[in-house]
Amino acid sequence: MKVAIVKYNAGNIYSVIHALQRLGVEPVLTDDAETLRTADKVIFPGQGEASNAMQYLRERGLDEVIRSLKNPILGICIGQQLMCRHSEEGNVDCLGIFDVDVVRFQPQRHEDKVPHMGWNTLQEMNSKLFEGLKEEPYVYFVHSYYVPLCNDTAATTNYILPFSAAMHRDNFYATQFHPEKSGSIGEQILKNFLEL
Amino acid sequence: MLAKRIIPCLDVKDGQTVKGTNFVNLRQAGDPVELGRMYSEQGADELVFLDITASHEGRKTFAEMVERVAANVSIPFTVGGGINSMEDVDRMLSAGADKISINSAALRRPELIDEIANHFGSQVCVVAIDARMDEQGWTCYLNGGRIPTERGLFDWAREANQRGAGEILFTSMNHDGVKTGFANEALARLSEELTIPVIASGGAGAKEHFRDAFTLGKADAALAASVFHFGEIKIPELKEYLSTQNITVRK
Repeated sequence: MKVAIVKYNAGNIYSVIHALQRLGVEPVLTDDAETLRTADKVIFPGQGEASNAMQYLRERGLDEVIRSLKNPILGICIGQQLMCRHSEEGNVDCLGIFDVDVVRFQPQRHEDKVPHMGWNTLQEMNSKLFEGLKEEPYVYFVHSYYVPLCNDTAATTNYILPFSAAMHRDNFYATQFHPEKSGSIGEQILKNFLEL
Repeated sequence: MLAKRIIPCLDVKDGQTVKGTNFVNLRQAGDPVELGRMYSEQGADELVFLDITASHEGRKTFAEMVERVAANVSIPFTVGGGINSMEDVDRMLSAGADKISINSAALRRPELIDEIANHFGSQVCVVAIDARMDEQGWTCYLNGGRIPTERGLFDWAREANQRGAGEILFTSMNHDGVKTGFANEALARLSEELTIPVIASGGAGAKEHFRDAFTLGKADAALAASVFHFGEIKIPELKEYLSTQNITVRK
């Protein structure tokens, strides 16, 4: 199986590479349009800042490439956020695959720390990504911005308010959490994506 | 609900884990990568690896170990010890660490926190604080608890928070290795004064101590070493116990 990871300026792609290797897949890290289009699966990972990431993608024409992909693509963390219409982080227009805007968490009580960091549960799982998982599995999150609930929400998590922990539309999949850091649950989710 | 985190800490010297009582009398306790994977399978929520080697050779061994951990462990891990510059941070993150912890280097040059937060993001920057309480109150120490400073714990923790630290890892030197519980009063005050998560460290000897760190100390995570390494407390049993005490943990 040919798995391509989108190469751009969003750090820490090592953990995604290692997680795929543990599943027996040797991914290619690339910003080449043809390689991305012809891969069996594409992963759009990320940690970083939205407006810098969007600028980098636009300068290289990767925004158009990602938008026009027909093969299954999985956005992770900032990857999910960049697949939305607009992000409050750096006030930037994003890829517009999901018709929703990314906003920052607003703490309601002192205990509501931002970023939302650590293990939290998934509810209302509604995607092939979650096949074979028990109820309310724990996955690992690190983020200060979130995607509100919308038509493309594929799982929810509650932190300060319920938000989109995962999304799905056509061949576009995304998770706000890090499956590559979520132990055996995360492994199963990545495996489910590879088997789509 | 967001779970309270249980974090085993592995002190690493020349590629092997060790753990001291009150920061001395080191005892050998195994291969860090194997131990890390075992803890991950047992349900540890994160891992911390602290490089306590001073030599250049030891540093290289540690970076190689970080790469092996990243390849073999599927939960987040933090590395610390001897991180003094942006180059050190970059090297550890490039080796696959999710977060780095800085201690003495941040006390000596607090701007390092801003630089890490601005360049890599707050989420990778754990500021570790070793502090001891005496008649004057809580004082921060440098170099693994060897050199006292002029800085008070709360004052320094607030500054680190403001500069962009992602988490505070607070070790009470009074409690470390003594196994009579965490410094819950100081923890609760940190938790109230800061807007970022607080990790309790130093003093774990029984399951109840973890409960108290989360309830009385209001900590977001609790870290321990020897009670886990020598099997005195097993993580699955600890989590089972905590959930009977109405503390949300990942199981």
